[in-house]
Amino acid sequence: MTERRTSLLWLQAGSCGGCTMSVLGHDGAGIFAALEAAAIDLLWHPSASEATGAEARAILESVEAGTTALDVLVIEGSILTGPNGSGRCQMLAGTGRTMVDWVRSLSARAGVVVAVGTCAAFGGIPMAEPDPAEATGLQFDGADRGGALGAGFRGRSGLPVVAVAGCAPHPGWIVETLSAIAAGELEAGDLDGLGRPKFFADHLAHHGCSRNEFYEFKASAERASDRGCLMEHLGCKATQAVGDCNQRGWNGSGSCTDGGYACIGCTSPAFETARGFLTTPKIAGIPVGLPLDMPKAWFMALAALSKSATPKRVRLNAVSDHVVVPPGRAKRSPGEGGEG
Amino acid sequence: MSRIVVGPFNRVEGDLEVGLEVVDGQIVEARVTTPLYRGFEQILVGRPVDDALVMAPRICGICSVSQSLAASSAIASFCGVEPARNGVLATAIAHAAENLADHLTHFYLFFMPDFAREAYAGAAWYAPIEARFRAIRGTASATFLPARARLLEIMGLIAGKWPHSLAFRPGGTTRSLDLGDKVRARAILADVRRFLERELFAMPLEAVVAIADLDGLDRVAAGEGDFAAFLRVAAATGLDRIGLGPGRVASLGAYRGGGVDGGLLFAAGVVDTASGARAAFEVDRVREDPAHAWFAGEAGPPGRAVSEPDIERAEAYSWAKAPRYDGEALEVGAIGRQLADGSALAQALVAASGRTTVAARVVARLVEAARLVAAMEGWVAALERGAPYAQAGCQPTDGSGVGLVEAARGGLAHWMTVRGGRITRYQIVAPTTWNFSPRDGAGRPGPLEAALVGLEVGEAGAAAPVIQHVVRSFDPCMVCTAH
Repeated sequence: MTERRTSLLWLQAGSCGGCTMSVLGHDGAGIFAALEAAAIDLLWHPSASEATGAEARAILESVEAGTTALDVLVIEGSILTGPNGSGRCQMLAGTGRTMVDWVRSLSARAGVVVAVGTCAAFGGIPMAEPDPAEATGLQFDGADRGGALGAGFRGRSGLPVVAVAGCAPHPGWIVETLSAIAAGELEAGDLDGLGRPKFFADHLAHHGCSRNEFYEFKASAERASDRGCLMEHLGCKATQAVGDCNQRGWNGSGSCTDGGYACIGCTSPAFETARGFLTTPKIAGIPVGLPLDMPKAWFMALAALSKSATPKRVRLNAVSDHVVVPPGRAKRSPGEGGEG
Repeated sequence: MSRIVVGPFNRVEGDLEVGLEVVDGQIVEARVTTPLYRGFEQILVGRPVDDALVMAPRICGICSVSQSLAASSAIASFCGVEPARNGVLATAIAHAAENLADHLTHFYLFFMPDFAREAYAGAAWYAPIEARFRAIRGTASATFLPARARLLEIMGLIAGKWPHSLAFRPGGTTRSLDLGDKVRARAILADVRRFLERELFAMPLEAVVAIADLDGLDRVAAGEGDFAAFLRVAAATGLDRIGLGPGRVASLGAYRGGGVDGGLLFAAGVVDTASGARAAFEVDRVREDPAHAWFAGEAGPPGRAVSEPDIERAEAYSWAKAPRYDGEALEVGAIGRQLADGSALAQALVAASGRTTVAARVVARLVEAARLVAAMEGWVAALERGAPYAQAGCQPTDGSGVGLVEAARGGLAHWMTVRGGRITRYQIVAPTTWNFSPRDGAGRPGPLEAALVGLEVGEAGAAAPVIQHVVRSFDPCMVCTAH
């Protein structure tokens, strides 16, 4: 039996290159081995391929002409339509054409278009006010449908733009999405309403947070490096942001909240519109952004109750950068197990 | 005369186009274009000060820690916070991890694959180099990528993740390392050392650091390992004679608090590469000139500049402005850092021509990699148990200052002005803004533009591999260049 292989072209639009840097940190045998394991042929990648200049242009032209079949087009970075709608904030070097022109043209040939990173998905950081480069996403302009390809765009396979959001996304999100597409396993029902694969987007960054006991008792960090919950004062949006961020390790064992700083909701459209990322916005002392689907009154009542019940250990550790009060030891009978 | 355009110029970070004029097989003029502009300097204006810590790292995915530190240093420069010692060490460890990863990524993924090109198929040295360094399929990348991922596990311990961490603050770092973390950091560095000593250098790192002259390099070249293989190919292809630098290099000083006396690990300075004369780097002598950039305005000090795009500007051909020091171009990067730090080997590398070269840049980077691992081991050992990693931050309402760091590719500076707790000005001059600058108002070319002139490309024209070697020897980061 002939193995079915998948051709993949990766282009960097208005990007920082961070999504590529993230995926180069994929664990195991590395990204190239992972692509090979998924029977993916890399037609060209700006950071990895030998082909340069005229050789690279020939690859792009061949895809554009339909001579080389393109199964997956990966776009990393915002689509820049400025200044004044000209697209000249990014010319694809050596081609005399704007990147937005190339993206639209190549997308029409692609089986599936994949937005890697929040920039390509929704516009991302370059879209922040005053949006100097007139940035947009592939199929969303912030949270609004549209973007460079338009709301109605579908790849040849019928899928809308697949949005591996994140700034930068976990390398696993990228590799697993591409591998699932190559295996024919990713279907429209596997995507949420913004095109994000549900395998990571059906979770919240809050799930599995190492600070969960502090969250439960509303025992809050007051300054950077404190061990307490980052939500009340330090801007954490993990209860509102999608991603299985705290259910898998970043660079081995890390995550944003484990690293001691707020989740800034980087998987969400328009996350860049926030002002004062590192301070929780409050009205009358109450955080504005509460957990996505929790009735506010319930949250406030539970918070008040749990604050009043906070053990001294949790209260003191929350405002320290190391454990100052270890878990207590209960008196136990032989055969009962546990600390004792 | 023929005019050729090389692009997309890949295996660099970001977008690059190089325009060349060739006469009788020789480059007589080069123009370097940065074709991407996102507008970070404009985005930062009007935001609360701390938002710079969120936005600035996202300028660049490959040197995001450097961008974080430049922003954080700019804030610290006028709010007077003294960082916690452990935070200083943890910052240095993470910053060195990023710079080390970048040096190695450059060598294995960006620079060496050009020697596996078909154009070299007839060379005596070709077969093993092709098998080892072929882009994507070579044995080196299969070995290197897991080692790189292991190195970046340092970020998981100190910075939460990489790229784009929020761990780096004026007062220190946000995650305290306990005893287990410290042991894990040590174990990661042991694995990194093992990779370098087995694969790259095939000798102890201390022996690499001890190389003091060209004879020492020749002895290495006779041995095993990827560094030796590079040295042999460099000799065979004359990399020590091409890509001549502008004659002046600079370093802003690297790893604050990481030196033996709590000062810099690598000294700052400006060095004349012909005479070896060293002088202090004075940031007030920096001017940025938009004469050939798609921006309005005149040359002036970055601290008083704004970035206002002007796509119709006559004579403009790049989104990068031209930084100049006392009116002249400067080269920055590992070779500049090592020369400013007084490295005997770095001096030996530039002695023959009085200029930096392709070979000098690559050797300086790899020898610096060896120095960094040794330094990181010392910093991990110096982490003090129970002591804080961060002092309370600061909330500056008014002030202005500049943050200076050395990214892998050289000096990075952020100028920031704050009024009423909001950023009112923000200007960035990145390493490749120096190295790949366009012409200035006086018509003086940037360092790469000058380094390409005189290069023999023969019949191959744009396809000549020497163009690839010269351009990539600078390890350009184009996303930083124009931001």
